[in-house]
Amino acid sequence: MPLTLLRYGLSGKYPARRQFTETKPLKRHYDLVIIGAGGHGAAIAYYLAKYHNITNVALLDKGYLGGGNTARNTAVIRSNYLTEAGVKFYRESVQLYQNLSNELDYNVMMENRGQLTLAHSDSAIRSFRWRAEVNKHLGVRSELVDVQTIKDLVPQLRISDEARFPIMAGLWHADGATARHDAVVWGYARGACSRGVELHQLTEVTGIKTSGNKVTAVETNRGTVECGMAVQAVAGASSVVADMAGIRLPIHSFPLQAMVTQPYKPLLTPHVSSPHLHVYVHQTSRGEFVIGGGSDPYPLYNTRATLDMQESLAAATLELFPFLAQAKLMRQWAGTTDMTPDYSPIMGKSPLDNYYLDAGWGTWGFKATPISGQTMAQMIATGNTPDLIAPFSLDRFYNHRLVNEAGATAASH
Amino acid sequence: MKLMHCPLNGQRNISEFTYGGEYHPMPNPEESTVDTWIEYIYFDKNTAGIVLEWWCHTATSYWFLAERNTITDEILRTLPVSELKKEPVS
Ligand SMILES: Cc1cc2nc3c(=O)[nH]c(=O)nc-3n(C[C@H](O)[C@H](O)[C@H](O)COP(=O)(O)OP(=O)(O)OC[C@H]3O[C@@H](n4cnc5c(N)ncnc54)[C@H](O)[C@@H]3O)c2cc1C
Repeated sequence: MPLTLLRYGLSGKYPARRQFTETKPLKRHYDLVIIGAGGHGAAIAYYLAKYHNITNVALLDKGYLGGGNTARNTAVIRSNYLTEAGVKFYRESVQLYQNLSNELDYNVMMENRGQLTLAHSDSAIRSFRWRAEVNKHLGVRSELVDVQTIKDLVPQLRISDEARFPIMAGLWHADGATARHDAVVWGYARGACSRGVELHQLTEVTGIKTSGNKVTAVETNRGTVECGMAVQAVAGASSVVADMAGIRLPIHSFPLQAMVTQPYKPLLTPHVSSPHLHVYVHQTSRGEFVIGGGSDPYPLYNTRATLDMQESLAAATLELFPFLAQAKLMRQWAGTTDMTPDYSPIMGKSPLDNYYLDAGWGTWGFKATPISGQTMAQMIATGNTPDLIAPFSLDRFYNHRLVNEAGATAASH
Repeated sequence: MKLMHCPLNGQRNISEFTYGGEYHPMPNPEESTVDTWIEYIYFDKNTAGIVLEWWCHTATSYWFLAERNTITDEILRTLPVSELKKEPVS
């Protein structure tokens, strides 16, 4: 690799290499159609092609590859959840991330920076202690830390009794990390395309044809394609696409916003989150401070940004890091997130025999990209639900078995 | 600042209001099954387009209905609950 890189660097012309499928007409039939080419759709295609030899696959997106929430998230990767089902699932994903650059032969810029969540109340300390114990029991590194340890971990943080909500303790998650979100979807898509999967961008699914209890074809703005199976991985558009297949989902689409400052010299290493102030902050390796928080107050299929959110995120950030007062904001944006009532995904079988769901990723789905790709691929290839995702089936709502993931409030990701 | 017209309090900042979910007629308890209730509670349509929703003016605890376009974020009209009895809504 380094030699190839050296030769490329010296070539002077820097020739571009094609990474994905050239645009060509859709075939009449595919064994599998994947609706949505975000990180999740691309990962499903990759694991199917590489490990299950299923390659007659079309990966369709109404926009461009990874232009949805995959392009818009703040790239927090962690596994310090609260339910057993959640911790086990995200723990596997964090492990897959650790080796993802090698797996894909594509640098996803994984950085193990750790995550610090702040408690400003007694009840938060109680819930952190609970989370830490559940995490340790399941092999995830989490511990309750005192104010002195917080000072050592993040000396830049304002720790003062004068603060409106003084910091009382923290949950330190050494496994917390971040990676380049775009690289993740590009790496998966390149790996899938090189094994025969066809990526079709600007291809919007507009209808789903069924016969009996089966999907037979998918209608798009570029014509109809027949398929042996189909899976939807469309995040904010989950309800809209499921409706085409006659399926109702317990999902609401809410905007989630984030913003970023100009780059500054490196001074903040871990990711810092305060559920109480509805804000989280980290500094990217380029130097920008990324700031995110809670969801918008009401559902919307729109990615507009609001001044209300900018004000509240800025105010909360300055409570924690007053030195950012003069920082200039570069951008603010939103994504449409597919929120579930129990903050857990909806994965696996649907009421139709050959139609699969990869939905309900809300504000937490970037970290799940590798494990959801791997488990969904297993399920599509074998027809069996892997144990790891069985708790997340759509049936749970009918069986009163919701997975109440209180470790996933929108403010902590 | 986005404004919403409250049928009781008039034009107010949208931050004074709380969203209360899609409007659906409640199933008849005499005739419905457990699954009907589960669907009533969890399985909303989550429409991309014009919807009828519950909203509450938080300061006065006043519940009313609003018709909103969930793509453009335009509030088309707001109405007191009593209006529902006059015109059947789907
Ligand atoms: C501001 C923000 C911050 C976030 N921060 C984090 C974080 O720190 N950590 C974390 O784990 N998660 C985070 N998330 C959540 C995370 O981004 C998502 O859960 C995840 O990216 C979902 O991936 P996906 O591939 O399912 O969806 P997407 O990347 O949204 O891909 C879905 C694709 O489907 C396509 N599509 C939709 N409808 C159709 C159709 N009819 N036909 C064809 N294609 C269609 C879209 O164009 C889109 O490209 C955040 C989200 C936002 C918005």
